[in-house]
Amino acid sequence: MTGNYGWGLPIEASTFAHEMDSSLILVHISMVVIFVLWGLFFAYCLVRYRSRPGHNAVYPHHSAKHALGSFVPDVIVLAFEIWLIFIFGMPIWAHIKDSFPKPEDSTHIRITAQQFAWNVHYPGPDGKFGRTDPSLVDSTNPIGLDPKDPASADDLVVVNDFHVPLGKPILVDLTSQDVIHSFFVPEFRIKQDAVPGMMIPVWVEPTLKGQFELVCSQLCGVGHYRMIGHVKVDSPEEYRAWYNGLKQTQQEAQVKAAAAAVAAQPWE
Amino acid sequence: MNSTHHEPTFVQRYIFSLDHKVIGLQYMITSMIFLLVGFSFMLIMRWQLAFPGHPIPVIGHWLPGWIAPGGVLVPDAYNMLGAMHGTIMIFLGVVPLGVGAFGNYVLPLQIGAPDMAFPRLNMMSYWVYFMGGIVMLGSFLCPGGPAQSGWTSYAPLSVIAGSGQTVWIIGMIFLITSSLFGSINFLVTAINMRAPGLTWFRLPVFVWAQVVTAILLLIAFPVLEAGSILQLLDRVAGTSFFIPAGLIIDGVPMTRAGGGSVLLWQHLFWFLAHPEVYVLILPAMGIVAEILANGTRKPLFGYKEIVGSMIFIGLLSFFVWAHHMFLSGMKSSLAKGFTTTTMIISVPSVAILTCLILSLMGGSIRYRSPMLYALGFLPMFGIGGLTGLPLGFTVTDIYLHDTYYVIGHFHYVVVTGSLIALMGGVVYWFPKFYGRRMNECWNKIHFWLTIIFMNGIFFPMFIQGIAGVQRRLYDPTIQLHNVIVQPTNIFMSASALCLMLTQSIFVVNFFYSMFKGEKTEENPWQATTLEWACPSPPPHGNFTSLPTVYRGPYEYSVPGRSTDWWPQNASN
Repeated sequence: MTGNYGWGLPIEASTFAHEMDSSLILVHISMVVIFVLWGLFFAYCLVRYRSRPGHNAVYPHHSAKHALGSFVPDVIVLAFEIWLIFIFGMPIWAHIKDSFPKPEDSTHIRITAQQFAWNVHYPGPDGKFGRTDPSLVDSTNPIGLDPKDPASADDLVVVNDFHVPLGKPILVDLTSQDVIHSFFVPEFRIKQDAVPGMMIPVWVEPTLKGQFELVCSQLCGVGHYRMIGHVKVDSPEEYRAWYNGLKQTQQEAQVKAAAAAVAAQPWE
Repeated sequence: MNSTHHEPTFVQRYIFSLDHKVIGLQYMITSMIFLLVGFSFMLIMRWQLAFPGHPIPVIGHWLPGWIAPGGVLVPDAYNMLGAMHGTIMIFLGVVPLGVGAFGNYVLPLQIGAPDMAFPRLNMMSYWVYFMGGIVMLGSFLCPGGPAQSGWTSYAPLSVIAGSGQTVWIIGMIFLITSSLFGSINFLVTAINMRAPGLTWFRLPVFVWAQVVTAILLLIAFPVLEAGSILQLLDRVAGTSFFIPAGLIIDGVPMTRAGGGSVLLWQHLFWFLAHPEVYVLILPAMGIVAEILANGTRKPLFGYKEIVGSMIFIGLLSFFVWAHHMFLSGMKSSLAKGFTTTTMIISVPSVAILTCLILSLMGGSIRYRSPMLYALGFLPMFGIGGLTGLPLGFTVTDIYLHDTYYVIGHFHYVVVTGSLIALMGGVVYWFPKFYGRRMNECWNKIHFWLTIIFMNGIFFPMFIQGIAGVQRRLYDPTIQLHNVIVQPTNIFMSASALCLMLTQSIFVVNFFYSMFKGEKTEENPWQATTLEWACPSPPPHGNFTSLPTVYRGPYEYSVPGRSTDWWPQNASN
């Protein structure tokens, strides 16, 4: 995993990561060009117009040509920005933040952030998320999933470490239980705040297998720095095996827990 | 002025003074102390960032146990120091220095007024600010420590935080009130008390900057005051302005009516805090304009363009706030509107910078110390402005938002930009304050070391931001993607320590020169504006006779005259 990172941008691991990187590089090249041209002129002025014997300042005679000339940098910057934002940028922004894949064509999950963990809720084969209720939240049920709801029977809830299959987009419904968090996977070049009281859709399509760090980028309290999850991108087969294996383990544990609860009740 | 008055006592003259100059100097000394306090908080945090989990050397064992048990900073304390660093630097340091100190001292002098319009309100403004500062620092005595939800205090984190946050809000209400008193006073003074002949377009750029700043403070701050009171009610009265239903805090469902909006706080906060950015930068631009005209010995290029751009910036600054919120969950089409307004506001900023640099052309540049700070401002503010581009551009902001790139960007604007210019202002007007000048050689040494170390701190932040390092992390090395660029943190922390040591040059120079500096005449920089037409330091009431203004503010090197400066008040 450390190999994903370096002194520059992390590796590109999503379909839009390359577009993002081209945008970053384009903007930075233009910034450097503007700064260097400007800096050269600045340095020239500092030397050329230094105070020295025999050199006097020139009282300017206002000419319209001069004044108009000062607008040249403005016009260039404005034209560049208009092109950057409207022609180049808006389609990319719309692609990332406005046009979501259909839930049935994607790995549709719900992520509920909390201090200081990521709860990932899979709807299971029926594609329906079971009902959740804040009053049902406890240490074994971090999102308050209602076991009585039939839609929740095939659901799976995992904390922090979760898997997704390669080859189709992930559609995340993002929310939070307590304070604002922010969903950030550097390799995917995606970031979105998780806001309590709101369900915000985010999508990303991974292009590489492997494990990626999911970190919180909005200050969320004392454990902000250690609120780390891991997204594991598997082949579809590996993903299915992981999902089914984990589902089975959880069900067995639930049965055991239920049996233990019954045994513990003396009046039965 | 009023001969029936008895001789003022020490307390009346230096503590509860009604004189705008004393109040300005009170603001100056207080805000510089707060700048050092805010900076020292950051030094503690920077040690933790460079060497996570290692005991802080030297001072570690003097810190109380709840901040650094065994000398190692704890995560709570890191968040507290971070929140207080931001709050102190902005609201108690840079704004009071740029507006309270320079505005108070220089604005009445530059318009030829004997004092501010409302001297008592002016005194109250300072003392309310001072109280706000005491309340902010006093929040360290709260059980659980001071505010720890960042200077932005995003709800619901701030609503569920400990009692320090309540004290933070009360402190903010003091500071906001003080700013409102100040801004009303500045506006009334600038509108009503200009010397005869001093028309609006003969005003120095600095006065314009203060007028626009005062309007921004007057309109933007009440919104934050209202927001702060709503947050206070959420905290102490159990209301739900910023709290939605169904929150589960620490595994316990919150018993509140809910129905509030988390994003509402962000809208209210940034509606102030974006204009606030221009409150931080406009006075600095005004100072740079004054020093540049004086140091190049020629009129500023495009005086009207600069003034018009400042007014335009002031107006537009109310329509860009949500560019801090592209990823907050607000409607993504709103982002398109705000990225457009953000693009438009860059135009007047570029215009001002262009005019300032074109002012160098045809000049005869005297490289004296105030000029170094003013010239240093130009490229540094340039970097700050340019790095705003990928943040205001929605696409790249998705990656860079809430990373160190943002921190680098605004520190280039506020520290290497504003603060450098404000230091230049101190050096430039010091002879007016005390009738003596600061040591030129030490000023130059201070300037160069400061610029070098500031860049040493802030430039690596862009490298970190590109690598994806998020802000506000107590221990960045826990996350794998931060590990490779970790050496930059050691470099930045070393630069920060050196920057702190460098400031001692300035502090010693400041206080030594106050008493022992080389004595100067009334107008040591051979400047044209009115503040140099009164004695140094000016007596109570400022001018021996009220000046009349005959011409624009920067009549340098006018052909056919024996001297290369032509004061605004000289009748021939």
